[in-house]
Amino acid sequence: MEPTDAEMIAAVLNGDAASFEPLVAKYSPRVFATARRYARRESEVEDIVQEVWLKSFQKLASFRGDAPFEHWLMRLTVRTCYDFLRAHQRNREMSFSELTEPEEDWLERFVTHPEEAGETAAAARQLVERVLEQLSPPARLVITLLEIEDRSVKEIAQLTGWSVPLVKVRAFRARAEMKKCLAKLAKDKYM
Amino acid sequence: MNLSGLEKKLIAAARTNPPGDNVPYAFEKRIMALLPRHPVDVWGLWAHGLSRAAALCVIAALLLGAGTFFLPAASHPDNLSQDVETTLLAAAGNPTADAAAESE
Repeated sequence: MEPTDAEMIAAVLNGDAASFEPLVAKYSPRVFATARRYARRESEVEDIVQEVWLKSFQKLASFRGDAPFEHWLMRLTVRTCYDFLRAHQRNREMSFSELTEPEEDWLERFVTHPEEAGETAAAARQLVERVLEQLSPPARLVITLLEIEDRSVKEIAQLTGWSVPLVKVRAFRARAEMKKCLAKLAKDKYM
Repeated sequence: MNLSGLEKKLIAAARTNPPGDNVPYAFEKRIMALLPRHPVDVWGLWAHGLSRAAALCVIAALLLGAGTFFLPAASHPDNLSQDVETTLLAAAGNPTADAAAESE
């Protein structure tokens, strides 16, 4: 029978570091999927995931076990991703005049026939990435968790460590920032 | 351009295309190679250090307190003001010292 998470964690805390490997193998897909929401380059994604696992090993003694290990790990992942966004926020200044041809075509189609501009298109996916990259770190985090991952304000508060009122304030500001960013996109392309 | 419509479309695009969860080959081996032998409990180390420092402070305070209480005082508290006055006015009350200072 496979050992449970709690048994593996207890073994690691008792000095059996090798018991950490099955935890890494089990939860890495989830951590990678989360990290890919905030970093585009694969090397950056790997750096984030590596940092998450090193931090989780160092802080494992603080895991009390009253919630599943996955929840604790996801909190650590989201906070590490937020730190990554804050560390790289200087790189986010860029203009919408650098859109690729498929992105421009998709936008053109949206302006002329909005119903034909499907959300499954790769260009739409790239465009939303580009818009999210323009947002400030808290705005990007809130939009991703609230609008894209469809999480509740309470869940976001638990994941980020922010208070519920702070999440609400940041969500309000993030929506305004997103609108401003889209207005800039429209201005750059069509005015 | 309908900006709220565009926003909805883009959010829908992000929802319908979740990022992949593929893990690079032998990634867990790479993590294991980077780990120290045992998990480091930083708060535990900090708390341990603080408790040791607190114990040393208590011992030092007790020793100093005992020393003050039990050792004979060098000067009686009643003569303290007299001692201060004598020390401060030592030079003024010693004309030979004044003369020596002037000749230098």
